[in-house]
Amino acid sequence: MNRYSLGSILQRFGIAISFVLLCVALSLLSDRFLTLPNIVNVLRQITINGIIAVGMTYVILIAEIDLSVGSVLALTSIVTADMLQKGLPIPLAILIGLALGALLGAVNGVITAKFRVPSFITTLGMLTSARGAALLYTEGRPITGLPDGFRALGRGEVAGIPAPVLIAGVVFVLGWLILKRTQAGEYIYAIGNNPTAARLVGISIDRYRTLVFLVAGLLAALAGMILTARLNSAQPTAGVAFELDAIAAVVLGGTSFSGGVGGLGGTLLGALIIGVLDNGLNLLNISSLYEQLVKGAVIALALLIHRK
Amino acid sequence: MTDTGTPILRMVGITKTFPGVRALDNVTLEVLPQEVHGLVGENGAGKTTLMKILTGVYQADAGHIEFKGRPVQIPNPRAAQLLGIAIIHQELAVLPEMSVAENIFLGREPAGPLGTVRWDELYRQTQALLDRLGIDLPPRTRVGNLTIAQQQMVEIAKALSLEADLLVMDEPTSALTERETEILFRLIETLKAHGVSIIYISHRLEEIFQICDRVTVMRDGQHIDTRPIDQLTPQEVVRLMVGRRIKDIYPPPGKGRGPLKLEVRGLHRPPRLRHVSLKLYSGEILGLAGLVGSGRTDLARAIFGVDPVEAGEIWIDGQLATIRSPDDAMAQGMGLVPEDRKGQGLFLQMTVRQNTVIARLKELSRWGFIDFRRAEAETRRFVEELDIRTPSLEQLVHNLSGGNQQKVVIARWLGRAPSILILDEPTRGIDVGAKAEIHTLMRQLADDGMAILMISSELPEVLGVSDRILVMREGRMVAEFSREEATQDRIMAYATGAAQPAQEELAP
Repeated sequence: MNRYSLGSILQRFGIAISFVLLCVALSLLSDRFLTLPNIVNVLRQITINGIIAVGMTYVILIAEIDLSVGSVLALTSIVTADMLQKGLPIPLAILIGLALGALLGAVNGVITAKFRVPSFITTLGMLTSARGAALLYTEGRPITGLPDGFRALGRGEVAGIPAPVLIAGVVFVLGWLILKRTQAGEYIYAIGNNPTAARLVGISIDRYRTLVFLVAGLLAALAGMILTARLNSAQPTAGVAFELDAIAAVVLGGTSFSGGVGGLGGTLLGALIIGVLDNGLNLLNISSLYEQLVKGAVIALALLIHRK
Repeated sequence: MTDTGTPILRMVGITKTFPGVRALDNVTLEVLPQEVHGLVGENGAGKTTLMKILTGVYQADAGHIEFKGRPVQIPNPRAAQLLGIAIIHQELAVLPEMSVAENIFLGREPAGPLGTVRWDELYRQTQALLDRLGIDLPPRTRVGNLTIAQQQMVEIAKALSLEADLLVMDEPTSALTERETEILFRLIETLKAHGVSIIYISHRLEEIFQICDRVTVMRDGQHIDTRPIDQLTPQEVVRLMVGRRIKDIYPPPGKGRGPLKLEVRGLHRPPRLRHVSLKLYSGEILGLAGLVGSGRTDLARAIFGVDPVEAGEIWIDGQLATIRSPDDAMAQGMGLVPEDRKGQGLFLQMTVRQNTVIARLKELSRWGFIDFRRAEAETRRFVEELDIRTPSLEQLVHNLSGGNQQKVVIARWLGRAPSILILDEPTRGIDVGAKAEIHTLMRQLADDGMAILMISSELPEVLGVSDRILVMREGRMVAEFSREEATQDRIMAYATGAAQPAQEELAP
């Protein structure tokens, strides 16, 4: 095997090449693209999708899918915002929201792992019921006007770096460490690679499946906090179709849908491509009527390049 | 009716080579009209390959086929079907969600003027066909609701509706009860009366003697003999199947066994395991022989906690052990090298290092973080000890040869220093050199005190490596031999049922 053949380079670095090409093209087309404020803006915009995509990477690595992240995000946001309005201390309200996200994720995990329901179906059920619960909780109205301390989560800065970017950074680094440096991470790859063999070397695959869905729910809730803080409002209709952007980022990043192959480095690039694309379409004043079509075409193209 | 002197099928000088293996060597097979022709041989004798050539799945490298007196080419399964050659596989290929009639006439349903199915006509034709064959099944029943035996009838009816003159049945009774087998045999008689010839593949010699007119014996890819059944005895068939073979080189016997290590009492998980007991001593290699499907692998899986059992106990070092999962078995000092290396053993898209240390990450981690220096050192140690040929520790295991892959799976368990190691088909599909290395390693491990249970379908391996040999048949333990007593004929006789255990041994 030739390690340096064009094909293998494209497969390994195709997504990075696509990203660089896209950046070069956009910087030629718009002189605002490569400015510091715009770059910070792009980073800020990808944090929500980026954080969700970390959980989604775990889920897809074990050859499952989580369609419910957008709804979980909405429900946890609503509950947290309501707790804040009822005067609960900020850290406690956040903790309750995160715990609820983890719980909803764990429910997905248990139903999938123990009762052998395909995760597509399990999480489709959760997508609908969590959304329904969010609408019921607020009778369809948004909850607005949140304490300043909480809003710092979305608008604060540390040494010029926006708080959401910082949080997303920490999530990526932690997620990467767990995946590449720990026993749990190794088990996730093993389960995705060959669940039968994983069981025969003593891995409790039901437990790890449940944990992975739990993490996906937890991170969806965390992303919800940031979104709520930035908008100063929790909406029961927030996060619709967020699962699709997250899945797109993971798959663009080269993680295999059949599990066991891929990782967070690719997902980061995938999220960046989607973010830069959104940003570029804005900068170039492309009508929002074309936006989705162009975005879809570019994603398909990028996938083609690094699949070949 | 055709003249019974002219064969309906002649396969002459059929040779087929796969990379590194001569699967068939100048094989001849002749089937007469209206004959049930038995085809027997050990696993790997070439029966399946020969049938795949007959049904167009494989192409022969040399030789030719004559069907009904004319030379024919069979480039694909469709061509075989058009000629009138059909096969009923061991794994049935019915569509469970469709009716009996739809299954039989799939793609050939009687159609109305607009291409719609004429259901009444479909059911009428199906009923007529089933009546002709004496098969008692309602055409409208969903096939998924039928028993395996009835589903098999559907497949046979389908083959006959395609006007097959030659029907190949590959182990047709392996999933049938005794009564269902009788019904099948009656159907075979009906088919014969309708002018159909049948090639009947089975490991069960009693069936061969009950139903076949003539028998062809194959061994090591060669045609050994074809004779009318009344000129043979089961013992002779076994002798022909086993034959005399070039002596492989096996390590010398070990230092002798130590104390009792593992005792299995009455493990029961029907239909594959029926009250099975065994004793395994430290320092010995216990060979477990039997045909595929005799329950050997099921026994290994039950001991290792993979599949739950209905009854039975496992004692280790004189203590009753509770084993409900592989994790429990591992905690008791067991390891299992599974039969299907790629499907159950390896993580193909992971590296040699990852595959080698996956079962001992707990020990190689601190606070959940893997100590990569130690993981690498341990992997390197085994790569050197077992002479695993890999360009680097970070090579994907997918890219290794079969023998080296198997060594990786073995290394995985040796790293845990188990006191009991179960190896299921440890050398299947690997080259001679690696095979000998694995045998020598097994002997060393036993000499160092490990208790080894080896399952193998290769009799020379069982005889060459084991200190003691157990034979299973149809979920039961049917014989035990010392290394000295055991011969291929004796093992095969018990494995096929040509010899029966004394009555008290059969009782649970």
